[in-house]
This record gives sequence, C-alpha cells and structure tokens, in this order.
Amino acid sequence: MSRKADHFVLRVDPILCDGFGHCHELAPELVQVDEWGYPIIHEDPTPTSDVSLLKSARLAVRGCPRQALRIERTNGPA
Amino acid sequence: MTIDALPRVMSGASGRPLTLREHEVTFGTSTVGGALAGELEASGLMGRGGAGFATSKKVELLRHQRGHHKVVVVNAMEGEPVGHKDRSLLSSNPHLVLDGAQNVANLIGARRVAVCVSRKDSAIVNHVQRALHERERRGTGPEFILHTPPWRYVAGEESALVHWLNDNETMPQYRPQRPNVLHVGRAPALVVNAETCAHVGLINRFGALWFRELGTPASPGSTLVSVSGAVHRPTVLEVALGTPLRSILRAAGADPDPLALLTGGYGGAWISGEHLDVAYCNEDLRSLGATVGAGILVVIPRGACGLAETHRVVKWMANESSRQCGPCAFGLPALAEDLRTLLHDARDPHGVLVRLKERCEVIQGRGACRHPDGVVRLVDSALRVFHGHIDEHANGLPCPALTMARRWVAVPALEHESDLVWE
Repeated sequence: MSRKADHFVLRVDPILCDGFGHCHELAPELVQVDEWGYPIIHEDPTPTSDVSLLKSARLAVRGCPRQALRIERTNGPA
Repeated sequence: MTIDALPRVMSGASGRPLTLREHEVTFGTSTVGGALAGELEASGLMGRGGAGFATSKKVELLRHQRGHHKVVVVNAMEGEPVGHKDRSLLSSNPHLVLDGAQNVANLIGARRVAVCVSRKDSAIVNHVQRALHERERRGTGPEFILHTPPWRYVAGEESALVHWLNDNETMPQYRPQRPNVLHVGRAPALVVNAETCAHVGLINRFGALWFRELGTPASPGSTLVSVSGAVHRPTVLEVALGTPLRSILRAAGADPDPLALLTGGYGGAWISGEHLDVAYCNEDLRSLGATVGAGILVVIPRGACGLAETHRVVKWMANESSRQCGPCAFGLPALAEDLRTLLHDARDPHGVLVRLKERCEVIQGRGACRHPDGVVRLVDSALRVFHGHIDEHANGLPCPALTMARRWVAVPALEHESDLVWE
C-alpha cells in the first residue's frame, strides 16, 4: 500500500562526491564520515516532522560543493 | 528436431566457429509455436552474466518502454580474467548468440543490436565480424553493430558498457532509481549477456518445456562453467544447473580433494573444499554465501595459501577500480594493504583483522556499481573459509605455501603498479 511520503533520506551520488566533508559538518546527525573522508549516510528514513533534522539535511544539500546530495522522500518504515 | 541433453549451447563445437549454414543444420531453423515472451517467462531463464536476474522480467521492462529506437546490447566483454565462457561460445557458436539477440530485439521492438566484444580478444572480434557479414548477406533482421571497448574489469558492467556506447568511456554510472532503464542516446537499452542470448536462441527454437528438462525448478537449464586453478587444463564445460560440484570437478579433471573453490568470479566467494556435494545452483550455493555468478570455478589444492590468493585478487581488483567513488578508490587498496600486512609482516595481526572487518562493513554498498561489494564479499568469505589458516598467519607461524612459486588463481599482471593509490 502506498502511503503518504512523510519520511526522507539523504542520498549521495558517490561518483560526484569528492569527500569535502561539508555534509558532515552541516548535518552531523545524519552523516558520518569514514576514514577517507567520504560520507556514510544514515540509511533509515527520518520523519519529515523532525524539523531540525530536515533543516540540517537541507543545509547539507545546499552546502555540498559538488552538489552530490539530495533529499529523497520515502514512505516510513513499514 | 531438438538437441538431446548436453551440450546445448555448445553443441556442434568443433574448435572453430560454425558458419551460418552449419549453424542452421545443427540447430534447425524452425521456431517454437507459442509467443517467445510467454516461453521466456515459462522457461525461468536467469541471466548468465553474474547477477542472475530473470531475463523475462528484464525483457518485459524494456518491452513496455516507449519509442521505436530501442537497442539490444550483447555483453561479451568477459571482464573476469578467470572466465572464458563467452569467448568459447563466440568462437564456436557465434550465430546462436546472434540469433538470441535478434529474438530479444524482435521481442522488445529494437532495431539495433550492439555486440560488445573486448578489443583484447582479436580472434573473437574476427569471429563475430565474420558471422555478422554472413548474416548481412541474408539481409534480414535488425541492424547489427560490433563494438570493441577496451578490456577492463568494470567495462563489462552494464552501465559502463552503455557509457561506452554513448561517450567512449567505460566507467560505471550512478543509477539511483530501481528498476532502472539504461539509455543509448535516447534509446532505451537492454543489456544481455552473450550466454543468455544463446539460451534465448534455443528457447525460441525448442520451447520452455525443453529448456526445463535440465536444471532445478528454481534455476532451470544448463550453464557454462569456466574451471581453472588446480585442474589438468583450464576448461569451459556446459553443465546442468544443480549438478553437484564434485561431478563438475571430475569432468574438468580437477583436484578431487581441494582446499577451497572460488565461485562466481573475482567478486564472488570462496567455499570450503568440504562442500563438494553442494549442487551448483544459486539456491544451494547461497547457503554458503556464494552464487553461480559469472560461471567461474577456481580450484585451489591443499597446501595452497587461501590468504595469499585472496590478497593477489584483491590487489588486482583494487587497481581495476575506476576510482570514481571514494569508498572503492580508497577502500579497496586499504583492504589489499590489510591482507598484505596479515600475510607478511603482522606486527599487530589481531588489530589488523579487526580493522579489515570494520573496513569491509564500511565499504559495503557505497559505490555506484557493485565492484566494491564484490571485493568485500570475497574478503568476507576468505575470512570465513580460511580462518584457521589466517590465525596461523596471525600467530606468526610459517606458511609453507608462500615459499612455493606456484600460484593457483590466475591474476593478470598489474599494469600500473606505481599508480596504485595507497593510503
């Protein structure tokens, strides 16, 4: 059953990403970095109602120098 | 007319490619009564390129795409250095592969078929060229074009192949949407492995029921296996899916009591030599963490060092990364370096082992293509299968295999070792 897409996940294009690490600075709750400085993104969907998280996700998307990030709307966990 | 038992796609093989006339004598020209789409679905044919995805689903997806300029891409790149099945097939039955490609093209409504053979194999390129000329003289069917991308491990990945057709670059692309349709220009493209094409060609002739006479219910039909390593002579065999590994090894003249088998390819998994009674099909191999993959078996005998073999493969795979994604470009050399440390100068072997496992978890699933995942699967399975031997290395015991010159898994020489991006 398709429900309203009231969750989001941050997605990175691994080819575009050059490991600047800005996303980790801007959204530390959602993005970890590995030992080489590339983002490890929290995979579980976050509810859109969590305004502060959504805000930092948007900051990360805007702050990415390679424009490799985007926010994907999904359904919540089943 | 049908073909009895085995070989199927390799029947009529005589050490040289069959001409179109010989091909028609061997396999006949009649086609099965029903529609191919239905037959394909009933046959349950799984792609033979490595992923093992149902061909009928793929065809169905492309069939419902809009546009009249669809392309069928026949993938005979054979990126696996220990695989030889597509080349064997094209150098004995090229027309069967082309028949299958033509059938698929008719099915999805494509007017172009791009046959991709690596330029490294000039003999195969010649065989395909000759076969295409013969068909051209008949003057029917879709337009066939031969492409010869340079050989690299990742060049056979479907998005890399389509990238080649578009931009003359063999880099995998990032495709977030699933299911995903690749495009050549604006034309939707269906990428099919050469062996899969050959099976389609046979299903179109003899039907799904005939196809299901061999194999298991979940993975029907026959498949080509390239067996190398501790064998009398590396061979490509055609076996029914579900044949026990032991009989495949016997047929290939391999070591009957090996230490381990590398299954699936360089991005596959090791399985221990104790599991020789397992059937060669995905549903049974999965319980051991392995898959049929690209139809590869490499046998390593007792006395060989599984860790050393894994290290050589991983080092080569790290070099073959197209270095687009950070986790692959930096992670795979790091894995290779960890394996080397374990193998040769273990100052803190247990720490290295822990780090290796952590790195495997970190790298998993973070590339644009499945290249890093394959290497992680290989390393994971090596840690599982050879754990006793790895402990010996970690505890500083001497490894007699390291002093022997013989290595079992064939790994091409690194071309640009100095270019390796080490940590």
